[in-house]
Amino acid sequence: MRKPLQLFFTFFKIGAFTLGGGYAMLSMVEKAVVDQKKWIPNDEFWDMIAVVQSLPGVFAVNTALYVGHRVAGRSGAFAAMLGAIIPSITIILLLATVFREYRDQPVVERIFKGIRPCVVALILAPSLRMIKSAKVTWKTAIIPIATVFLIWWCKISPAYVILAAIAGSLIYALIINKKAKEKEAES
Amino acid sequence: MIYLQLLWVFVKIGVLGFGGGYAMLSLIQHEVVDHYAWMSTTDFADMVAISQMTPGPISINLATYVGYTTAGFGGSLLASFALCLPSVIMVYIILRLFMSKRNNALMDNTLKGLKPAIAGLIFAAGLSMMNLQNFPDFGRGQYNISVIICVLAFVASYFFKANPILLIVLSGVVGFFAY
Repeated sequence: MRKPLQLFFTFFKIGAFTLGGGYAMLSMVEKAVVDQKKWIPNDEFWDMIAVVQSLPGVFAVNTALYVGHRVAGRSGAFAAMLGAIIPSITIILLLATVFREYRDQPVVERIFKGIRPCVVALILAPSLRMIKSAKVTWKTAIIPIATVFLIWWCKISPAYVILAAIAGSLIYALIINKKAKEKEAES
Repeated sequence: MIYLQLLWVFVKIGVLGFGGGYAMLSLIQHEVVDHYAWMSTTDFADMVAISQMTPGPISINLATYVGYTTAGFGGSLLASFALCLPSVIMVYIILRLFMSKRNNALMDNTLKGLKPAIAGLIFAAGLSMMNLQNFPDFGRGQYNISVIICVLAFVASYFFKANPILLIVLSGVVGFFAY
């Protein structure tokens, strides 16, 4: 079978059967691409995943694009991306038509009334976990607090807040890099 | 017009969507619920729940749904592809330009600095969903079932890393019997 087609089916399977987001998908990609097909050596795969992870956008799509391009060039990238997103699009389109039909049913409304507050909790919890993993101290706590204040209270678009945060982080990174270099020069 | 708006909104989200699915969720929420009012806040919560329970990336699921409800089948494809477009360009550039170690260190440190801000962004999205539409029984009567569900789900998710699908199903069962 031609490689782009294989890539399409590999990512289609992963897209159709992985629940639980990008990281759950990653081990399936590794199994298929590194262990079974041996398209990419293990160390190179994880090096590139680190780069892909730092890019904005849908993580699963970025991974598919990278693997597809690495294995079979532009057509491979395109095939892998389509494979990764077509299951999602199909499932949601099917559900959307069904959901519109039944959402006004009292039973469905009761169930979703219970689910909505749970969704709010499911959004708040990872943000706090992220603060923990980012090792935010009392001094740097101003950053997430200011972000929440600007977006939630002042209703400023998150797009501007992200752009400002990128600028700030870049300056911070440049200073750190410069310091690291000076240290190197000294020793 | 609606097609252009969908294109613009989802390309923007694709460019600025640092930090994974939940970060993109807060961008989508701002554009789709607050700014363009394509979806109500309860619709959004329902769709997040459905996206969690179905396979595939949450942001693709949401883009498909928003595109479908605003502009039909064509809209759903347009929104999903618009979301992927920046990735296509960026991954291509990254693979073309050899990433030197120096650039990598700079990028790593930039992302480290960005992380607390993204955490705040996601938290803000959660806060703005705390309203009377999603918590209809708040302040009415003795038992605020919605508040209890939210607190319990938070504790289960934050402290015990409970499976989100399980929590959604359980909350649905509670809603069915309590309302």
